[in-house]
Amino acid sequence: MGKINVAIIGSGNIGTDLMYKLERSELLNLTAVIGIDPESDGLKKAKERGYQTFSNGIDAIKNNPDLADIVFDATSAKAHLVNAEVLKELDKIAIDLTPAAVGPLVSPAVNGDTYNSASNINLITCGGQATIPMIHAVNRVADVTYAEIVATISSKSAGPGTRANIDEFTITTRRGIEEVGGADKGKALILINPAEPPVLMRDTIYCEVKNMDAEAITKSVNDMLQVVQSYVPGYRLKQELIFDEDKVTILLEVEGAGDYFPVYAGNLDIMTAAAVKVAEEQARRMLHVEEEVTN
Amino acid sequence: MTNVVKLTEVSLRDGSHAVSHQFTAEEVGSVVRALDEAGMHYIEVSHGDGLGGSTLQYGKSLVDEMKLIERAVAEAQTSKIAVLLIPGIGTVHELKQAHEIGAKLVRVATHVTEADVSAQHIAKAKELGMESLGFLMMAHTAPVEKLVEQAKLMESYGAEAVYITDSAGALLPEQVRERVRALRQALTCEVGFHAHNNLSLAVANTLIAIEEGATRIDSSVCGLGAGAGNTQTEVLTAVLDLMGQNPGIDVYKMMDLAENVVTPIMKRPQIVDKGSLALGYSGVYSSFLIHSERAAKRFGLDPRDILVELGKRKVVGGQEDMILDVASELAKMK
Repeated sequence: MGKINVAIIGSGNIGTDLMYKLERSELLNLTAVIGIDPESDGLKKAKERGYQTFSNGIDAIKNNPDLADIVFDATSAKAHLVNAEVLKELDKIAIDLTPAAVGPLVSPAVNGDTYNSASNINLITCGGQATIPMIHAVNRVADVTYAEIVATISSKSAGPGTRANIDEFTITTRRGIEEVGGADKGKALILINPAEPPVLMRDTIYCEVKNMDAEAITKSVNDMLQVVQSYVPGYRLKQELIFDEDKVTILLEVEGAGDYFPVYAGNLDIMTAAAVKVAEEQARRMLHVEEEVTN
Repeated sequence: MTNVVKLTEVSLRDGSHAVSHQFTAEEVGSVVRALDEAGMHYIEVSHGDGLGGSTLQYGKSLVDEMKLIERAVAEAQTSKIAVLLIPGIGTVHELKQAHEIGAKLVRVATHVTEADVSAQHIAKAKELGMESLGFLMMAHTAPVEKLVEQAKLMESYGAEAVYITDSAGALLPEQVRERVRALRQALTCEVGFHAHNNLSLAVANTLIAIEEGATRIDSSVCGLGAGAGNTQTEVLTAVLDLMGQNPGIDVYKMMDLAENVVTPIMKRPQIVDKGSLALGYSGVYSSFLIHSERAAKRFGLDPRDILVELGKRKVVGGQEDMILDVASELAKMK
């Protein structure tokens, strides 16, 4: 089986971490990293590792449409609105790591295969990627009426984008909890902790359910844990589930793979890991189609 | 010259913690009416954790805070109704809603080192025509230079005052003096101070803040607030009156309303007991107290052990989920 060509727009921290993760993929072949600052650390690193680099943003794809079939956008919500139009025009699949939420919200552990035909896939938020699979796991056996998540991230891993528009995090995550997680009603909180050494990303999920069944919930959550761990190995339960009347509390910790980010930045790692996972689903479909055509 | 102090009454916001967010519209109405008659300048009404704080993490409100704000606005003749907003918990949507129903002032609160998350909210409030102030929580955890740097950020976003918020009631008198003095020197906007009485220093620290030039002061009738509560309004106003600095509050009316209106709605005495003393002693966010007492009961622990451990782990305001985590770990170690 061949590989599908992919490119990254955005040579910041997220784009660079993604570059390292893509090197391990058996289905994706990274061809180019595209930024806007030729002096950026990300572009320098990409060049060192032998990838084509461009510093003219989305124009690089316009001028070289054969660079990739799937394009990861790790720029900003504002830039993605423009990039999304161009990529659609060129018939490229866009995997959006910004909170622009142009396309359907996707968590690879829940609906990674549902949107096979979508040309623009949004990865919600880091808090969403960490918690929505678990809400879905509880919902599928117990029917979640209300889900609330609390994401605590280290101050060092909260980038300027997150800080300047923290409301986008809470609002987009809430949408994800409801639309992808399946809760009737959702709520998301984000807390930033400046402690040194930096704290690992922590996520607490509270679910109120219609049909309480501790055994079924525990099993479903553990099954889901394995699914998420297949692409985020440092994703784990911090404590056993806590049951209280119609409420279940799930305490999670996310340790990153330490590719470009330090391990405490599980919040950034889970986004890039989810992006690779979703792109691989797309690649699998595309390669399958190609095989059928050649047969 | 002595600047005139503007008081913000926080019993209906910080006090929400002390009643586990169970205020009724009638209670809010009667407290606001009495405070308004006594001449209070601002009255803050919100969930204890600010707009949007009604959650499983912090405790659900008995009555939707917007209904409580609406009621407060209806009862206030001269007092202005204020709200608290903690970015990451509440959003500009709740802020707009509160503004539409009559809130005139917002304090946008962040952890003392994370002021940059408040930029959009401070700006939005100003755009709406509200008074927009910054609130730097857990101020005892940062060195003075850091506090100054973060306060300047809030000022640059348009904050008309920046508060030194002693969320853990852990600041010592000289630390308050040093901090207020540094902010007065570095800022052109007003400086505010919010105390908790966990070390029984709330009134004393507040007087030092005023002496150093803080002009925005928080207090609470009966001290009603998280932990051992806040600076007690009726005490503070009586003392300011004796000092010849009464900012226009009727001291007798304030005493009466404390006894007749607020005391009957209190669910627990507002005292420095071993739990609240442990908050100030270990520098832990005051609203953790009741949650830690509950977790201690559930896991068979001493709440002080939970609080001290939380202090060691440098938890910030809002991390109530850490209480369950720490308690279950301590229980396993027993």
